[in-house]
Amino acid sequence: MYSDRVMDHFANPRNVGEIADANAVGTVGNAKCGDIMKMYMKIENDVIVDIKFKTFGCGAAIATSSMATEMVRGKTVEEALRLTNKAVVEALEGLPPVKLHCSVLAEDAIKAAIENYYENQGKTPTNKECRGHGREGEGCTCCCE
Amino acid sequence: MNRVIFMVYFDNAATTALKREVLDRMTPYLCEIYGNASSTYTSTGIAARKGLSEARSEIARILGARDDEIFFTASGSEADNWAIKGIAFKNKDRGNHIITTKIEHHAVLYPCEYLEKHGFEVTYLDVDEFGMVSPDAVKNAIRENTILVSVMFANNEIGTINPIREIGAVAKEKGVYFHTDAVQAAGAVPINVGELGVDLLSISAHKFHGPKGVGALYIKKGVRIDPLIHGGAQESGKRAGTENVAGIVGMAAALKMAADGMDGKTKKLTAIRDRLIKGIEDAIPYCRLNGHRTKRLPNNVSFCFRYIEGEALLLSLDMKGFIVSSGSACTSGSLDPSHVLLGIGLLHEIAHGSMRVSLSDLNTREEADELLKALPPIVEKLRAMSPLYEGVER
Repeated sequence: MYSDRVMDHFANPRNVGEIADANAVGTVGNAKCGDIMKMYMKIENDVIVDIKFKTFGCGAAIATSSMATEMVRGKTVEEALRLTNKAVVEALEGLPPVKLHCSVLAEDAIKAAIENYYENQGKTPTNKECRGHGREGEGCTCCCE
Repeated sequence: MNRVIFMVYFDNAATTALKREVLDRMTPYLCEIYGNASSTYTSTGIAARKGLSEARSEIARILGARDDEIFFTASGSEADNWAIKGIAFKNKDRGNHIITTKIEHHAVLYPCEYLEKHGFEVTYLDVDEFGMVSPDAVKNAIRENTILVSVMFANNEIGTINPIREIGAVAKEKGVYFHTDAVQAAGAVPINVGELGVDLLSISAHKFHGPKGVGALYIKKGVRIDPLIHGGAQESGKRAGTENVAGIVGMAAALKMAADGMDGKTKKLTAIRDRLIKGIEDAIPYCRLNGHRTKRLPNNVSFCFRYIEGEALLLSLDMKGFIVSSGSACTSGSLDPSHVLLGIGLLHEIAHGSMRVSLSDLNTREEADELLKALPPIVEKLRAMSPLYEGVER
C-alpha cells in the first residue's frame, strides 16, 4: 500500500529528535485522532539551520513528517511557508487517498513551528488558516483551536 | 525495499492457511464430483449429495447437534446476519427487543443497527474491563418483548471467552432465544451446543484452516426463524443457493482436524501464548494485556503499547517478517480505533497503540521467541520518535 519512498522514510526517518535551544517549536494533531507531529527548528537570520521532529502516528505520518523536515532544512522561513502537502506527497511518490491527511498535518506542523518563531520574535503571526485534516474529506477539527 | 525470506504468520484470527489435508478432501468435489447436490437423479448429483450429508453429519457430531440442525452459509457473517434478522422478522409478533453487547463483531452489530431502523429496539450491553459480559446484566436487560439475546462466545480482538453456559441458562429461564457468534471459538475450544444452552450458533471455516467462503449456522430444532436468502429449496428450504459442496466438505474436514487431539493442541498453544504474554510484559514497560488473563482463547495475545501507534508497529514487524494485526484507527481506515478496545474502557491514544498476535497450531515456540527478540527494539525505536514519550521515566 505504501510506495518504496514512503517505506524508506518510515524505516529510516530523517531528522528524528529534539533541539534543546530551538527557537521555533510547533505541535499539531492530538492523541485522540492517533496523529501528533512536533517540529523543532533552529532559525538564524530567517534560515532554518536545523530541524528535528517527533511523531506519534502511522507509517504515513512518520514518512510525511520526515520528508517535510528534509524539504525545509536550509530553506528560508518564507520558502518553508510555501511548502504544500501536495509537494510532500509528490516527493514521497504518492500516498494512498486515506492517508493524504497525514501530509496535510506535516505541512501544518512546519507552519505551526514557524508561527511559534514569529510569536517568539514579537512579530505578527501569518494569517493561519486551519483547513482540518480529516480522512477522505471529512472535517477533522481536533487540531484546531 | 529488501524482501524478507523469514516470515511468521501470527494473524490467524483474521484468517488461517488452508491445510493441505483439507484441500485433498475438497479436491474431488471440484472437477470430478461436480454435480449439483440437488440433482439427486444423476450419479454426479448423488455423489455430491453424499459428500454434503457426510460433511453435515461430521459437523453436527463435533458440535453435539443433530444433522438437521446444521445449515450451511457462505460465511460466518452470513450466519450472524441470518440468526439476527431471521429471528427478528419471524418473531416480531412476539416482541421487538434484542439484546447484544458493545464489543460484538460488526457482523452482529450492524444487523442490529439495521433492525433498529426497521422497528426493533436493541440494548447494547456494556462489558467489564476484560471484555466479559455478565449473565446478571443479560438477565436484567430482558423484558417481556425481548426475542433474542446475542453474545459472542469469544472476542476476536482481545480473546476473552464469555460465560456462555450461564447466559444460556438465563435466556432459557426467561424463554428468550440465545445466539452466539462462535466464529473465533470453533476449532479452538470444545463446543457442545446442548451443554451451552444455545439456540443458534455461527461458525466460519477459514478460521480453523478450512476454506474461505463457507460457514454454518446451528439452529436448534423448533426455533422459529425466517430464511435470509430466499430462492431454491436447498438446506431444507431455509437457505437458498446451490451448495458449495467442496467448501462444505473442506469445512467438515478442517473442523474434524481441529477437534482431533484438541486437548494436546490447546496445551501447546496456551503455553506459547503465555510465554509471549510473560515475555512481552517482562521486556517492555508501559504495556498492558487486553482481555481476561485466563478466560481467553488459547491463541490470542493482545497488547497495547503506550506512546506509539499500531500501524507503525505493524509495518515495522512486517519488515522483520512477522505478520500481526492492530486495532488502531489507521489500520481500520476509520476515525476511531477498534470499538472493542474502546468498549473495554481504553482511552483512544492507548487503543491506537495496539497489537494482536493470534497463533495457530502451525506456530512454534521458536517463532514466538523470535518475536520476543524483535519486538522490544521496535517499540523502543517508535517511542524514541514519539513526542508523547518525551520526559517519560525510562
